[in-house]
Amino acid sequence: MSMKVTKHEYQHLVKETMPSSRVLRNVLAAFVTGGLICALAQVFFMGLEGLGVDEETAYMLTTVIMIFLGALLTGLNIYDKIGKFGGAGASIPVTGFSNSIVSPAMEYKREGYVMGVGARMFVIAGPVLVYGIFASVVAGLIYYIWTQVM
Amino acid sequence: MTDIVKAFITGGIICVIAQLLTDYTGITPARIMVLFVVAGVVLGILGIYPAIVEFGSAGATIPLTGFGNTLAKGVIKAVNETGLAGVLTGGVRAASAGITSAITFGYIMAIVSRPKLK
Repeated sequence: MSMKVTKHEYQHLVKETMPSSRVLRNVLAAFVTGGLICALAQVFFMGLEGLGVDEETAYMLTTVIMIFLGALLTGLNIYDKIGKFGGAGASIPVTGFSNSIVSPAMEYKREGYVMGVGARMFVIAGPVLVYGIFASVVAGLIYYIWTQVM
Repeated sequence: MTDIVKAFITGGIICVIAQLLTDYTGITPARIMVLFVVAGVVLGILGIYPAIVEFGSAGATIPLTGFGNTLAKGVIKAVNETGLAGVLTGGVRAASAGITSAITFGYIMAIVSRPKLK
């Protein structure tokens, strides 16, 4: 018996048959992984504030440290394992953004330093920057108009 | 200590939302990342995300929504200071350290390390 299923029906079937225990496992892993990464960042943040760094700079430097760690752990082939365990808990923190840059760049090094490393770095980071920056321009325009009207 | 716990919980919950979206809608991780940055900009401009940062500190700034919030915060500040021109300069200026360090560290690590053989 052959069954024709549309993409939508297929997704519905997957949803129905996916064991809820797996969803629970994924959610817990994401919570713990994302939580631990952020808790580590909080330790750096508090350390920087303890050194007398102002709040805004401390947040900025904390992000920079986490980006560095994400790149380092990706280069050492460790972040992929964290990603496999933590899912969104590993991809949503800025360490995951860093991972999304290093991972394809490493993979496609053999295609050269310009179209391999240089271009592939932005396979995911590119869209994130495009939509993030574009959204900030739209938001800024709306804010500007609002300040002129009010 | 409590600040670390708050960061853990805040960051954890943000990641759980992303995980639930992945599991229940089948949206790819790359699209979730884009969605979260844009959501951060929207919540940032509305003044909602700064309240989340107030509670969760690094737990709110480290997820990609925090990156979006930084873009929004920057554009508000620049518009207040320089008017219309700030619309174009504020976002990237505020996010410049993150963008530049991601490119720099990312490039160096990609050059010096080897992909694991599969």
